[in-house]
Amino acid sequence: MDHLSDLESRSIYIIREAYHQFQKVAALWSIGKDSTTLLWLIRKAFFGKMPFPVVHIDTSYKFKEIYKFRDEYTKKWDLDLIVHRNEDAISSGMGPKKSKLECCTELKTNALKGAIDKYGFRALYLGIRRDEHGIRAKERVFSPRDQDFEWDYKNQPPELWDQYKSKTEAEEHIRVHPLLGWTELDIWKYIKKENIPVVGLYFAKNGRRYRSIGCEPCVNTIPSDADTVDKVIEELKTTTISERSGRAQDKESDYMMQKLRALGYM
Amino acid sequence: MEDGNTLKFVIVGHIDHGKSTLIGRLFFDTNSLPPDKIEEVKKASKGRRDGEMEFAFLMDHLREEREQGITIDTAQTFFKTPKREYVIIDAPGHVEFVKNMITGASQAEAALLIVDAKEGVAEQTRRHANLVSMLGLDQVIVVINKMDAVDYKQGRYDKIRSDVKEFFDTIALKADYYIPISALKGDNVATRSDLMKWYEGPTVLGSLDSLANRVPPEDKSLLFPIQDVYKISGKRIAVGRVEAGTIESGIEVKILPGGEKTEVKSIEKFQEEKDKAVAGESIGIMTEDPVFLQRGNVLCIEGKEPTITNSFQANVIWLSKEAFDIKERIMMRLATQEFAGNVIKIKRRIDSSSLSILEEDASTIGNLEIGEVEIQVKAPVVLTKFNNIQELGRFVLVRGNDVVAGGIIT
Repeated sequence: MDHLSDLESRSIYIIREAYHQFQKVAALWSIGKDSTTLLWLIRKAFFGKMPFPVVHIDTSYKFKEIYKFRDEYTKKWDLDLIVHRNEDAISSGMGPKKSKLECCTELKTNALKGAIDKYGFRALYLGIRRDEHGIRAKERVFSPRDQDFEWDYKNQPPELWDQYKSKTEAEEHIRVHPLLGWTELDIWKYIKKENIPVVGLYFAKNGRRYRSIGCEPCVNTIPSDADTVDKVIEELKTTTISERSGRAQDKESDYMMQKLRALGYM
Repeated sequence: MEDGNTLKFVIVGHIDHGKSTLIGRLFFDTNSLPPDKIEEVKKASKGRRDGEMEFAFLMDHLREEREQGITIDTAQTFFKTPKREYVIIDAPGHVEFVKNMITGASQAEAALLIVDAKEGVAEQTRRHANLVSMLGLDQVIVVINKMDAVDYKQGRYDKIRSDVKEFFDTIALKADYYIPISALKGDNVATRSDLMKWYEGPTVLGSLDSLANRVPPEDKSLLFPIQDVYKISGKRIAVGRVEAGTIESGIEVKILPGGEKTEVKSIEKFQEEKDKAVAGESIGIMTEDPVFLQRGNVLCIEGKEPTITNSFQANVIWLSKEAFDIKERIMMRLATQEFAGNVIKIKRRIDSSSLSILEEDASTIGNLEIGEVEIQVKAPVVLTKFNNIQELGRFVLVRGNDVVAGGIIT
């Protein structure tokens, strides 16, 4: 088996394991390349039809291309889409200009809390990968969050041989990470192999492209001429710039990502 | 670069023997570090030691890890040599975090054991080596680190090498290489050291490049544990991962533990035409007869059945501060089977580091102790010995909702 088939089989195994164990689950879809790949794998695991909803946490600051892509593929893939926003915070003017930590916490983390409260999900699938950030490198495949959404990263349960923990009463929900072992390059090679559609923002226009997408005010482009999937793959083989270098929340202060994640950030 | 050639290895060893530093050195010397990452680490290193860059910070990302200079949890990162890509699994060396070490090691194809040339074999050196052996990792590289602190003396290398080998012999572990290095200075990591001309073996990178990928047991007879059964547009599809051998449409299979037989009608994968799947593949199947399949069943070929039994012998490593008591009925998971069982005998209770026997015919197993046990279950389970097919020869013990021990069937 080649490397991509091996990754695919492992991810599908995890996806099916979590669904068997938790039933009341949902997948978080940011419409970025990773969570779109995750949806692709979930659709494969269930032979084309996702048996649970997809949740988009909408901060209202996303690119218009993201909304357009979301609506197009919700229809094409026959997804049960839930769009959830922290309307109170949005209408009271919360935005990145106030404070980035506060904005991410209100519009992403607290919005997600709202969605979980409302729908009662026991587990959520997320498309995070270990190579994105040093903190994410320490994640487990099944990762519990407590009532306050906190990640007790100092006391994670052992995980052996694809045997994962189940959820206790005290735990708010379990985060399930089927893509943890994939790299950015693996994702793009798989996108090419499977012909997975991705938002056009990833491809270069006028010498710049987005390597990582999210809220429009908080991500930046990188200089690039990669305007096709093949060229993106070639670029990534030689680049010396890290993937999330264009993202504000990774840089603001040394431990911002740890703080955000401890608070329940994705 | 070839696809399909990524190798996962775990770095283990006693606390402060230099695991995180070696990883930093590997990244640095293979140019695997983006400049902004180097900047971040340099910035965070300010005001520490002589303002020297803390290689360890590349893996130790938690604030507590950096402030206390220890690794708390296992992490995985990636680097590449001209030959192939690697996943490095960093495992904490502190006794408090052995459950994190074993989590990391259970996902590896090879192990690199690091030993401090000055301090020599220590408590976690032995425990980690022992766990590596128990987990069935048979590719092991020993690096003797901090050679700069012992003036690069061959005598010191020889002494540590023979100490390690002596311990390895007691646990039936064989090292592929013993490499004298200085992770801090870079000797024998990516490039050969001029300061240790007496050493003629490979560098760390050279030794890694010589390791083989672990492949799923394709050449064994079929074992296909059922993970779940889906009803999709009127079709019943049993899904799972082939753990050994090959499954093909048209072949007759036996359903364990019950023993019914049926024919595989088709191999199902979304938008793919397939009539065959090999070990490692996650697939679905449909059967010719309307047989009842459920999670935990194992499909195999008649005449080549694994063991079906109500009792088995195992070595378990206990990973919880709350000890196990022989009176406790406990849940176990083996591949997709889940069952409650009783430990009817704890033949011996062993210290996982010193290997000394703590008690014969014991009634408890404490944290980080190994128990040689006999387990009894009500309904028969399908299994093999660990050294036959690992995938069906290992299991976890679950208390409440957490994995509290790992077991190897002997």
